[in-house]
Amino acid sequence: MIHEASWMAVLVFVFFAGVVLAISFYLGAKAKSAKGYFAAGGNIHWAVNGIAFAGDYLSAASFLGICGMIAFYGYDGFLYSIGFLGGWIVALLIVAEPLKRLGRYTFADALDNKFNSRAIKLTAAISTLVVSIFYLIPQMVGAGALVQPLLGFPHAVGVIVVGLLVTMIVVTAGMVSTTWVQFIKGTLLVLLCAIISVMILFRGVTTKPTDAAGKELRILQRGVQEAEVTGKLGVTVLPEDGTWVGKPYLRVQNTAGVVSVWRKDVNGLLSEAQTLTVLKDGKKLANGLPRGKNKGEGDLLPVGYASKLPGGVEKTGPLGPFAFLRTMQDSEVIQWSSEKIAEAGGGVTTVYFQKPTHGGDFMVPGSSPMFKKVRGEKFFDKLDFLSLMLALFCGTASLPHILIRYYTVKDQVSARKSTVIGIAAIAIFYVLTLYLGLGAMTSGTLDVTDSNMSAPLLARSFSEFLFAVISAVAFTTVLGTVSGLIMAASGAVAHDLMTNFMKLKMDEFQQVRAAKIAAACVGLLAIVLGILFAKINVGFLVGWAFNIAASANLPALVMLLFWKRTTKQGIAAAITVGMLSSLAWILLSAQAFRDVYGLNPADAIVPFSQPAIVTIPLGFLVLIVVSLLTPAQQSGPSPSSSAKQVQA
Amino acid sequence: MAGLDFKAPEAKEQECAIAVAHNTRLGVLMFVAYLALYGGFMALSAFWPEVMSRPFLGGANLAVVYGLALIVAAIAFALVYLNLCRKAK
Repeated sequence: MIHEASWMAVLVFVFFAGVVLAISFYLGAKAKSAKGYFAAGGNIHWAVNGIAFAGDYLSAASFLGICGMIAFYGYDGFLYSIGFLGGWIVALLIVAEPLKRLGRYTFADALDNKFNSRAIKLTAAISTLVVSIFYLIPQMVGAGALVQPLLGFPHAVGVIVVGLLVTMIVVTAGMVSTTWVQFIKGTLLVLLCAIISVMILFRGVTTKPTDAAGKELRILQRGVQEAEVTGKLGVTVLPEDGTWVGKPYLRVQNTAGVVSVWRKDVNGLLSEAQTLTVLKDGKKLANGLPRGKNKGEGDLLPVGYASKLPGGVEKTGPLGPFAFLRTMQDSEVIQWSSEKIAEAGGGVTTVYFQKPTHGGDFMVPGSSPMFKKVRGEKFFDKLDFLSLMLALFCGTASLPHILIRYYTVKDQVSARKSTVIGIAAIAIFYVLTLYLGLGAMTSGTLDVTDSNMSAPLLARSFSEFLFAVISAVAFTTVLGTVSGLIMAASGAVAHDLMTNFMKLKMDEFQQVRAAKIAAACVGLLAIVLGILFAKINVGFLVGWAFNIAASANLPALVMLLFWKRTTKQGIAAAITVGMLSSLAWILLSAQAFRDVYGLNPADAIVPFSQPAIVTIPLGFLVLIVVSLLTPAQQSGPSPSSSAKQVQA
Repeated sequence: MAGLDFKAPEAKEQECAIAVAHNTRLGVLMFVAYLALYGGFMALSAFWPEVMSRPFLGGANLAVVYGLALIVAAIAFALVYLNLCRKAK
């Protein structure tokens, strides 16, 4: 960690948290009825709902993850933006209106509208719970991971603070307070990103970045002759030993015993590398010195700068939005790769080395480790990419915490209008992330060990206050999404399972109480999972949630709307098969072998990692076959559905 | 806090099978059009990545222009759909 937490960030976050809690308690009195709790009484204004859609959807993964991926690898992060936004077109054009027309409080309501089937209620509720929990885990772990560098507290504190805050927000006023938290978060996020993007364009791109105080940052050396490094007084070249043998590195030790590492480039010259060593006893060395901020200690240097600009200039000056993108495309930037090397005496050194990359390479798909296979020749690698993009496209309109927002507005017109506002806000945000990411790439403040910190560190390159605000907003970002997820999960438990499936006799007050208890339990579960999964790479769980949502929910929803022969058995079977097949595929994939089991990914059972391209069609197929094999049912509204239902 | 308490006016829209059918058809047609745009982008990225790196508009490559166009198109589609959707009479 090359940066320190900011107390100003803590203060700004406490202020935000205080405001959202005050709103929650104020609105708590208005959420006594089931409709008030689950759907905010159906009285939320469409414009507020639209921004709340953005606040619900734009998770920490969207904000920090995409900015970080663009800052480290370029265009590939933007592919996620395109996929995430494309999913909203499915939500608007296919799902919004019928969902509002057919449903009441939850996704299961809409699916079950025609049939009043316990099997549909059960499978839809389980699917909602599975998707929500899968989505919840990375949000909670993300909260813990954020809190340390941003606010300076341990991981568990971040998880517990978010868990308790969100549980209080949801329990006090259900969907009403959730909506306002999401509205505030959505507004703050888009405005803040817009302000920083304008600042990036005014600053332009330079090969000599400075910090917020105007001090020029140290540029790590490149193109150095070996004799220049080894010929310095008192320098000793260390022999290649252990796993360093055959590696393209030169290690030199100075008179103080500090070891620095240089990488031998293909042109025979040396470039300065950075190292982070974790010793056997857990102590860390950064660039050969004990890691820390005190005297005699050191840390990794901040990186991220352009090495060549178009026309050979040192600085472009202010740029227009299009000129900025063109400049990045025609520039050369120093990106960083890493390699782990096991030390002979125990411990592991990670070497971070410079990789000059031309914009022509990083401003097109395939420059990141995640998507590099798209430039390969293997057909299955290309299918893997297409499958992920399909999951992003189809998953959005199947995420339960997004779908329940449709019940908070009064009618279909409002549902459409709020989706359009949501699309506009989310689209603007994703365009801004491209500028934020590319701005961070050349800001001179990147932490080579943590791409997620790119956006906050970019803000620090402008001012400490901006860093504090962006840190607090990033943390508030987690609150908005987690409250939506807990709301969806508690609705599935109290409304779908307890009231509709188990047929427990409860009046409105008891239903709301059950939902609040369910929300508190899910909140507690989220805290426990957030702490348990702390050490596991959980980033892929978001992708899993999209895959499972798309495979389990979309076929059932689409066929219910567009195929009159659909039967209740068909829907229940499609949800079950879609959910289980996508889950099984994921657990047998190379990604799970590598990231979850720590096994050789080449031993994976399925040919590529992302299941959507197989399991979504499978869900449709199962629904069609089972529906044809079961007797057609007379459609009629269930007791819980609205009497004004019209066949789509 | 009074500003948080505003309520949208009572529902005016009543269900109308003709309007629902029109809106559904419109939604599906526009969805297919956007899917073609999105699918084209993904197919180019997966199978013809070299095409994506070619300069396309004002010096910007096709990947940048097509990617931004998909985002602008999403807003445009949303606005067109909103305006063409029929309200029940």
